[in-house]
Amino acid sequence: MLVLEDGRVFHGTPYGAEGETFGEMVFNTGMTGYQETLTDPSYHRQIVAMTAPHIGNTGVNDEDPESSRVWVSGYVVREPARVSSNWRATRSLDDYLREQGVVGIAIPGTRALTRHLRERGAMRAGVFSGEALAPVEELLERVRNSPAMEGADLAEAVSTAEPYVVPAVGEKRFTVAAVDLGIKAMTPQRMAERGCEVHVLPASSTAQDILALNPDGVFFSNGPGDPATADHQVEALRGVLAAGKPFFGICFGNQIFGRALGLGTYKLRYGHRGVNQPVQDRRTGKVEISAHNHGFAVQAPLEGSFDTPYGPAEVSHVNLNDDCVEGLRLVDRPAFSVQYHPEAAAGPHDSAGLFDRFCALMEENTNTTEGSKGA
Amino acid sequence: MPKRTDIQSVMVIGSGPIVIGQACEFDYSGTQACRVLRAEGFRVILVNSNPATIMTDPEFADATYVEPITPDIVEKIIAKERPDALLPTLGGQTALNTAIALHEAGVLAKYDVELIGADVDAIQAGENRELFKDIVAKVAEERGLNAESARSFVCHTMDECLAAAGELGYPLVVRPSFTMGGVGSGFAHDEDGLRRIAGAGLDASPTTEVLLEESILGWKEYELEVMRDKADNVVIVCSIENLDPMGVHTGDSVTVAPALTLTDREYQNMRDVAIAVIREVGVDTGGCNIQFAVDPRTGRMVVIEMNPRVSRSSALASKATGFPIAKIAAKLAIGYTLDEIPNDITRETPASFEPSLDYIVVKVPRFAFDKFPGADQTLTTHMKSVGEAMAIGRSFPEALQKALRSLEKKGAVFTWAGEPGDKDELLAACGTPHDGRLRTMQQAIRAGATAAELFEATAVDPWFLDQLYAIDEIAAEVREADRLTVEVLTRAKRNGFSDAQIAELRDMSEPEVRDLRHALGLRPVYNTVDTCAAEFAAQTPYLYSTYDEETEVPQGDRPKVLILGSGPNRIGQGIEFDYACVHASFELSAAGYETVMVNCNPETVSTDYDTSDRLYFEPLTLEDVLEVVHAEQQTGPVVGVIVQLGGQTPLGLAQALKDAGVPIVGTSPESIHLAEERGAFGRVLAEAGLPAPKHGTAVTVEEALTIAEEIGYPVLVRPSYVLGGAGMAIVYDDETLSTYMAKAGAASDHPVLVDKFLDEAVEIDVDALFDGEELYLGGVMEHIEEAGIHSGDSACSLPPMTLGAYDIKRIRSATEAIARGVGVRGLLNVQYAMSANILYVLEANPRASRTVPFVSKATAVPLAKAAARVMMGATVAELRAEGMLPAEGDGGTMPLDAPIAVKEAVLPFNRFRGVDTVLGPEMRSTGEVMGIDEFFGTAYAKSQAAAYGSLPTKGRAFVSVANRDKRAMIFPVKALADLGFEILATEGTAEVLRRNGVHAKIVRKQSDGTGPDGEPTIGRRILDGEVDLIVNTPFGSPGQSGPRLDGYEIRTAAVLRGVPCITTVQGLAAAVQGVQAIVRGDVGVRSLQEHGERLRGRVSGAAGEG
Repeated sequence: MLVLEDGRVFHGTPYGAEGETFGEMVFNTGMTGYQETLTDPSYHRQIVAMTAPHIGNTGVNDEDPESSRVWVSGYVVREPARVSSNWRATRSLDDYLREQGVVGIAIPGTRALTRHLRERGAMRAGVFSGEALAPVEELLERVRNSPAMEGADLAEAVSTAEPYVVPAVGEKRFTVAAVDLGIKAMTPQRMAERGCEVHVLPASSTAQDILALNPDGVFFSNGPGDPATADHQVEALRGVLAAGKPFFGICFGNQIFGRALGLGTYKLRYGHRGVNQPVQDRRTGKVEISAHNHGFAVQAPLEGSFDTPYGPAEVSHVNLNDDCVEGLRLVDRPAFSVQYHPEAAAGPHDSAGLFDRFCALMEENTNTTEGSKGA
Repeated sequence: MPKRTDIQSVMVIGSGPIVIGQACEFDYSGTQACRVLRAEGFRVILVNSNPATIMTDPEFADATYVEPITPDIVEKIIAKERPDALLPTLGGQTALNTAIALHEAGVLAKYDVELIGADVDAIQAGENRELFKDIVAKVAEERGLNAESARSFVCHTMDECLAAAGELGYPLVVRPSFTMGGVGSGFAHDEDGLRRIAGAGLDASPTTEVLLEESILGWKEYELEVMRDKADNVVIVCSIENLDPMGVHTGDSVTVAPALTLTDREYQNMRDVAIAVIREVGVDTGGCNIQFAVDPRTGRMVVIEMNPRVSRSSALASKATGFPIAKIAAKLAIGYTLDEIPNDITRETPASFEPSLDYIVVKVPRFAFDKFPGADQTLTTHMKSVGEAMAIGRSFPEALQKALRSLEKKGAVFTWAGEPGDKDELLAACGTPHDGRLRTMQQAIRAGATAAELFEATAVDPWFLDQLYAIDEIAAEVREADRLTVEVLTRAKRNGFSDAQIAELRDMSEPEVRDLRHALGLRPVYNTVDTCAAEFAAQTPYLYSTYDEETEVPQGDRPKVLILGSGPNRIGQGIEFDYACVHASFELSAAGYETVMVNCNPETVSTDYDTSDRLYFEPLTLEDVLEVVHAEQQTGPVVGVIVQLGGQTPLGLAQALKDAGVPIVGTSPESIHLAEERGAFGRVLAEAGLPAPKHGTAVTVEEALTIAEEIGYPVLVRPSYVLGGAGMAIVYDDETLSTYMAKAGAASDHPVLVDKFLDEAVEIDVDALFDGEELYLGGVMEHIEEAGIHSGDSACSLPPMTLGAYDIKRIRSATEAIARGVGVRGLLNVQYAMSANILYVLEANPRASRTVPFVSKATAVPLAKAAARVMMGATVAELRAEGMLPAEGDGGTMPLDAPIAVKEAVLPFNRFRGVDTVLGPEMRSTGEVMGIDEFFGTAYAKSQAAAYGSLPTKGRAFVSVANRDKRAMIFPVKALADLGFEILATEGTAEVLRRNGVHAKIVRKQSDGTGPDGEPTIGRRILDGEVDLIVNTPFGSPGQSGPRLDGYEIRTAAVLRGVPCITTVQGLAAAVQGVQAIVRGDVGVRSLQEHGERLRGRVSGAAGEG
């Protein structure tokens, strides 16, 4: 049984592990990439409903996970696959979820659920099966007692405990310090492909820790939780920006960048979760079809530039569906971030060029710094 | 970047007649384009020879040319209209080829016409196999993408072939270079096969060259629909997966959207390659599709091909996602970018996004092999289906089963009745792709086949196979349940089982299941196709049924009228009926009703969500329609359901719907029965004093022979339970009649109708409108071929070329008597035969006919719109007063100088090689064209040019006619000789011609064989391209060898070579007039708007004089 905070109940059959689970109820409209979604740390403490009806068709393989475990707290689908069909599959999704202890449910009304969330907004929910089942009133009570997403500080919970290094593929060109707030495996890989040696650091890292690596650039990753709670990371980033290091942020990293610039963040009614969102680069006018997973966004003036402690900044990318801020950049300094996922796992690769942009900033910055040294 | 302001007028080219592989999806795309362009303020000039299309309605363009789509005619139109731009990507291959020809001939440059939405280099790069391979290789290399084409080697010797085979492995494909029509290509499964096929191929190739290509048979097949704008924004509108693996043409495959068996990595790689390829090819703006094959064992992906234009798949993708590809392509062509165009389903979000589906779409093809005995029924890469049905469900089983019942074809849906048959035989049958293979697979499952065995036999992805097993398990549950609980029934409905299937499983009747289901409160809900998986609220009501939680039918505010469409295209029921439905919808919406369309054909304009106030994409079965009616009744009053316009499909539901309390408007089901049931109709005729050909009904051979003796040969025989001419034959003797009866008797218990066949009669088709009081004669069409050829296959002219005012008067009063006797409210089609000055009634159909669009265009009167109004209660007098119908006169009182419109049928013989091309009482055409001009000859010539390519004006004509035609042929053949044709003839025909002063060279018949000095037979000569025109009327009866077989060889050779082949003597006379008209050089062009103005001017002028 799926019970929403506002009392709506959906009946279905257990999928994956049995038991009970709580989290923020959200929906994802991607038609491919369930394995990447499940292992994306940004989904920590969220129950994810897939709008695509058939899930699990290609089973689970060893190459596609975005982290070492499943992060979603619960999984809601309509039609779980009975067989896995793909040459790379090593096991079924059902077995994988069970093995990872993820409580799921198959309900016919995934569309009704989505419509409900669209109208009422994301909310807390619980999935119950097997022995966890109880009268609805009691389950509802349990849901209402579970923690809310607003005010949740989750980055440290999903972050790596110890730093580690993703070596550059081929010749090393740059050293990147990447602060893991829930980083996806594809992100350092995309940088490594471009000659970056990526030092992945825990979320608790300070500006000193980061700068101690003497990186050519600094990266703040995506991650779960409410950006309003990430005071520590905001401080760390301010230190990085003050040092003039090139900066690139994705998703949660974009929100922290916004806060470091003095902007506020807010919770979207039901967020963007899917792989088909149109984002326009305001400088080129080009539209990228992009992968999204965010429930919060940055509040910033869409037109013109605004002042920050680091000079003027502007909104660089906008979501054409709802005019939500999707990217920020400093006008005179090498720092930018996007709210969406250029690493795109799952999702389209339209925005992969942002990694090139980051490398270009590091390249320019190194040249100018060396140039000034020489002078 | 907003709309371009440097162009003011745009020419759009349509796709011409409906043929296999190019059907009404191009009417859908073209209509969308015309609407967009006009709404944006451009002057639109349209060329399309197909009168049955909605796009050729005068209101969709400023100048509509129903003229042949040949470069010379289009040039004439360009010279006259001087368009600024030409948009060629929405009319299929026909439009694209014509545009390229105009470009290459320098016509576009000469008249300063800019090609928009397409680029000649891009088209060539996309369509040329070699160039395309290079592009794929380049993309892979330069952008580091995982992309390749099928591996291949060019070989010049057998040793090279063997070496290549060592690299490629078996089976492999052999394609000789530069042979026509793929002659000599084939699959080699082993070395012996390779030696044989490649050996022949090397011989056949003028360059002694064959291409050996790795076989990708059995690989998974995918297609992506891509759009790109001039700012280089690219979106993938839809992914489509073929359930049938590689080896079956996409058009003949069961296809599914979205793709269901790809991981994100594989899908994104496909997406990256698609985008890179279209950038490299240089498709600047618009839609295109690109096909891929994936090796299921290794995931290796091969790019197969792309179409740099809107295609059949784009129509499917548009309907599957709610993203209107053609409409957006038209906007991109005139300068907009994707982000500037709103998504009109959400209205809040832009078109620069990729639709997300929370449902499954299944498309299934519909075939017509029963019409083409002798055709090879194996499905190959050569498309053979004539139509398709699409269904939407919240799961694959639901969508699949809905799609199968949408086909509306006996034996299409899954069944658990009777014994499945032998497992091994069924598995063996599954190994060859054929019409209904899914059902064969389902029977194999019943017979105990394992998933592994089925995969071995079919190479269908195991996930899809498992879904078939899941369906089978549900069937078992339904059959074995103690009683049908709400749980069991819900599960069955969610898996797409119809009440009829459940009834069959439970040994109940369908109404019993329905009543039980309703008593349990189990009804479908209707979900919206919203492009975004419910992420945003949808504004455009485009709905499908599913057994899910919430219904999304919006509240209505006006009285509602439901219009039932015609389902999948088939021979005898095609675009013409969609035309009538769409017109009714437009008109009734304008008249203040809320129009609700129900249909399941993704190719059509009726299933464009823009056409009606609400669209239900649903099967047209009683169950599905009743549920839609119920759902609509929940949100407001339904004042009527229209069954008269969608052809036989909705008509067949009329009585049952009425019995269920549904208000049927127009002609009542009882009246429909009066016209369709032979005894009842006989009484109507008798009362009106109208003669019908003598007839009888026979069950046994003896009865049939007795009737034939009584009424005299020839007789027309047909089974009583079929419509549309299926199983009809003309029989000249006892022997053939006995054979026919034996076959018919074996096929069914139904009696056979035996009619006197009126030899040498003139057949007449009439479309009329009747309001209960007044008759409006829409048009009188005279067939060019004599009676005995199905009216759908016969060419005809309007006004009738030989009937006088007196004949028309008789026809008018007979039609009125029938309309009154039957009780028609709306449209009526009557077929007459005029023989020895007696007007016989052959049949009457109280519904829209195939000829309604043709009549509407030839007479400039919107007949279908008027019919819709009459059905809702308007009178002919009121419509005359409104100006919808002419104030005075009707289609029977055309002015003497009215232009002549000729309709010609287009037959699919080139798809079904080996099928005899002689026309008969069973309809086989897929489409039609119209030629319109001042005089019959020119109009006929245009119709031929539009249907088959221009008539020859010089060269060799071969003539071989049946004895009965020998007198009639003399004059026209003499005329051909006078025009400078060299006449070839078989001995008998040549003799007659010589005596009449026509020198004819005698050629050897097929049965004579090659002469002693190597003189070729006529078949050989045709194949060698020595003959430019063939006149061959059949004689002898089917099944006999000799003369008829000779004719068969000749006609088959004609199809292979694409030589015009005339099979009736009346057709010959018309053709000669046509050739004369071309030779005189008086083939001009005139738009329908000009014709209409002239007709209206004359009609009112004549009234003024009166």
